[in-house]
Amino acid sequence: MANKKILITSIPIVIFTALVVVFWFSLGSDPTELPSQRIGKQVPEFNLSNLHNPEEAFTHQDLPKKPFLLNVWATWCVSCHVEHPYLVKFANQYPIPIIGLNYKDVRVDALEYLNKGGDPYLFSIADEDGTLGIDLGVYGAPETFIVDGDGVIHHRYVGVIDERVWNTVILPKVKELDPSLVDVEATQ
Amino acid sequence: MIPELGNFFLILAFINAILLGTLPFYGAHTNHKGLIQFAHRASTSIFLLMLVSFVCLTIAFIQNDFSVAYVANHSNTQLPIYYRISAVWGSHEGSLLLWVLILTGWIFAVSSFSKSLPAEMTARVLGVMGLIAVGFISFTLFTSNPFERTLPFIPIDGADLNPLLQDFGLIVHPPMLYMGYVGFSVVFAFAIAGLLQGKLDHQWAKWSRPWTTVAWIFMTLGIALGSWWAYYELGWGGWWFWDPVENASFLPWLAGTALIHSLAATEKRGAFKSWTVLLAILTFSLSLLGTFLVRSGVLTSVHAFANDPVRGKFILVFLAIVVGASLILYAIQSSKVRSKSNYTLVSREIAILFNNALLAVSTFVVLVGTLHPLMVEAFTDGKSSVGPPYFNLMFSVFFIPILLLMPLGQQINWKKDDLPMLLKKYIWWFVSCVVLALLLTFGLNGFTFEALEPMALLGTILGLWVIAGTIKYIQLQSAKGKTRWAGMRKISRSYWGMVLAHIGVAVTTLGVVLTSYYSIEKDIRIEMGETVEVEEVSVYFKDFQNIQGPNYISSKAIFEVSSSGDFIAELKPEKRRYNASQMVMTEAAIDPGLFRDVYIAMGEPLNNGAWAIRVYYKPFVRWIWLGAIFMALGGILAMTDKRYREKKFKKKVSEEAVSNGQ
Amino acid sequence: MKKFLLAISLLLSAQLAEAVIETYDFDNEEQEQLYYEIISELRCPKCQNQTIADSDASLSRDLRFIVQQKVKAGETKGQILNYMQERYGDFVLYDPPVQPANYILWFSPLIIFLIILVVVVIRVGRRTIDPETGDVKMNDTHSNEKGE
Repeated sequence: MANKKILITSIPIVIFTALVVVFWFSLGSDPTELPSQRIGKQVPEFNLSNLHNPEEAFTHQDLPKKPFLLNVWATWCVSCHVEHPYLVKFANQYPIPIIGLNYKDVRVDALEYLNKGGDPYLFSIADEDGTLGIDLGVYGAPETFIVDGDGVIHHRYVGVIDERVWNTVILPKVKELDPSLVDVEATQ
Repeated sequence: MIPELGNFFLILAFINAILLGTLPFYGAHTNHKGLIQFAHRASTSIFLLMLVSFVCLTIAFIQNDFSVAYVANHSNTQLPIYYRISAVWGSHEGSLLLWVLILTGWIFAVSSFSKSLPAEMTARVLGVMGLIAVGFISFTLFTSNPFERTLPFIPIDGADLNPLLQDFGLIVHPPMLYMGYVGFSVVFAFAIAGLLQGKLDHQWAKWSRPWTTVAWIFMTLGIALGSWWAYYELGWGGWWFWDPVENASFLPWLAGTALIHSLAATEKRGAFKSWTVLLAILTFSLSLLGTFLVRSGVLTSVHAFANDPVRGKFILVFLAIVVGASLILYAIQSSKVRSKSNYTLVSREIAILFNNALLAVSTFVVLVGTLHPLMVEAFTDGKSSVGPPYFNLMFSVFFIPILLLMPLGQQINWKKDDLPMLLKKYIWWFVSCVVLALLLTFGLNGFTFEALEPMALLGTILGLWVIAGTIKYIQLQSAKGKTRWAGMRKISRSYWGMVLAHIGVAVTTLGVVLTSYYSIEKDIRIEMGETVEVEEVSVYFKDFQNIQGPNYISSKAIFEVSSSGDFIAELKPEKRRYNASQMVMTEAAIDPGLFRDVYIAMGEPLNNGAWAIRVYYKPFVRWIWLGAIFMALGGILAMTDKRYREKKFKKKVSEEAVSNGQ
Repeated sequence: MKKFLLAISLLLSAQLAEAVIETYDFDNEEQEQLYYEIISELRCPKCQNQTIADSDASLSRDLRFIVQQKVKAGETKGQILNYMQERYGDFVLYDPPVQPANYILWFSPLIIFLIILVVVVIRVGRRTIDPETGDVKMNDTHSNEKGE
């Protein structure tokens, strides 16, 4: 009888132990980070102007036919200022094309910023109303999407890309898509 | 110098806690009189040490000692003196110090008011509380020391207290809430001491009851104050958001409410002993869980403290040790406990059992809703949110039967009762409530049944039903006396407490339901000199001023609110910009009333000197907090019942122990 | 770094202190109600824990604008929530959808309650009062489990 009862009175400790394990693994992760809903899907269709030339429009068709990075940035975004020099450096070092998506920004400010700090982008799309940003599920710049040659999104990184992130996150993912793009020697 | 002194006393308190958490157990085990006596002295000294330490931090704030990092980050020379004092608990480190101070205050209280208890029982209870103090003081000392200096770079001025917290609410809400949170450690300590001794009889329940009730009173008031503060301070008219931090306080409240009821059954009838002791452990565990959720950063919340994973790990380990050890002890010891079960399906015991089942499942709803996002993240690669739509629905599902059964539960007999007879006494009262509720909602709905929300009607019926049922209860009970008056006087104070608390629940329910369904909320554009109609009230923009506060500048508008030509109130909402932090705050203006609030908050300035403002008309919103006051008053009546003031426990106890043979 | 985090948390709470007040026009009252209903069920993707109705973040402004446009265009609540979910995931839905990952959330409370109900009725239901002694007769299958 007592044995049977101890099975029942042990239920709380079993449930509690499971809870503690879940809590322990939750501790490290950042609860504010959101997974992207666009992984494995095409970059949404768009028709937006060239940042450098308001008369010219870019669409889905203009995206590179090989793997590339789509970097969402703005001059009002403080962390983007931290990220920018790294992007300029990596754009010079590696043959990976980077497309800029200037998100909800003032065109003149953005152009002036690129003139001063250098322009790492193959071309820049001006998303003044943030429509493409919302279609991509952007919630905080800077965000960088890794896209393959068919326009399918493979990964999203939220936050500043620095040396560490570039080497541990971006390069391995791009390498999976096209090893030749991460080969520094080939271009030098 | 003073901060070092504070730190020094905190360290002394730590050593004191270690002694308090060990020696009394040995004393109780070996029946060593001196060590048992030591528990009482150590309880007094730990409280005094913490008090001095706390006063030291307060002095650092009053003197604007910005060499102390915590002061520099949360105060400012321009801050008025009363906010400098309340800024002591304005953020993580200081609030933790307050937490520990309150814990030692409870230790001191238990030591002072338990002279009539068996000495070794008291020693164990104080020992358990000492161990809890060891955990919290080491948490303060090793991860969150408020006395840390900013040397050698002392800032000239402090970063200021978050303007949201520069309010009367900060002065009263956290201390009140912490009194509740920490207060549940007393009944927890009683439960552990009882399990250790293998003695969970009705005496144990009798000792635990007033302590549970007093903690519950503080918790009730603390939550109500927080809700009221959010309502007037945040400027969007809400009073409960189901935010994880709010849920963290609601969980121990719900469990504590269940505990109050099951303790009654255990004390009076010796029933549900094992469940009651588990509830006592769970209630305090939920308090600790709340601390973990608020201070570890595993969940996102608008109220959470700035987070640090080291702190999270520390509390989690602490939580695991305290709750884990208690539950293991529970698993082993409570399987030996025998509860009395001489009751049938229609009895007060079963009424209390259902009350507990419903409250426990409600607690579970809040818990699972709060933790579900964590689970989803742990087991899938997605993220999820659980918010008001879930909580409102699921909570109602289990709260409706609670309200429905409450009046019957008050009246039903122990052991066995006649259900048809019982229902017969109440049927006409219930029917009257339905009619009255129909009339009331008909009126509030604009004298039409069109688009009447069924939930609004149901909630009103239930609120009225609980009030009516409680009045009926008094009528039935007082009929037992020779005269009605003599009968009333025969009802004990603890039953009057129950009556008042239950009416409080009804009042809060009515407030929640009527505000939720009949509030009017409107964003309008208004120019100076213009009058805008918002449903039945009209708002006239009379004047606009820029004014200078002690540590902010403010744009203040003056509105005249009237209803069909009758002047109601002059409301002066503000938009303040605080000098030190440059933060903008909306100060809503409210015309409070027993039956409705009119509430105006300022938005953005628009072109041509016009402003966007938000106007609320909130019927019965005050009832939400009024009900909480009734509940607290009920609690005070119950805990001051004369049987808790008996001095001679000892003799009875030994008799009890013999007869139970445990 | 700590200071930085603190500054961020202060900024976030600054946003929360500012009530969001906008004046949108709608074609009729139903649309306006639908708008308020939807924005108070959508979670702001970048805030701590706020609806897009309460949040002052610029993303919330944009999302409110989209909701307003869609409501005026006659879209249903389901369509609009779906649109948001496609972009930001289940995270933005304060009303979690009834799907396998959320079954525990939606059904476990009721199941637990029903189990308690059944156990109590089975165990206590058969008890009767002995008319002579006034004691409770267990009538249980486990008759060894008598009260003390």
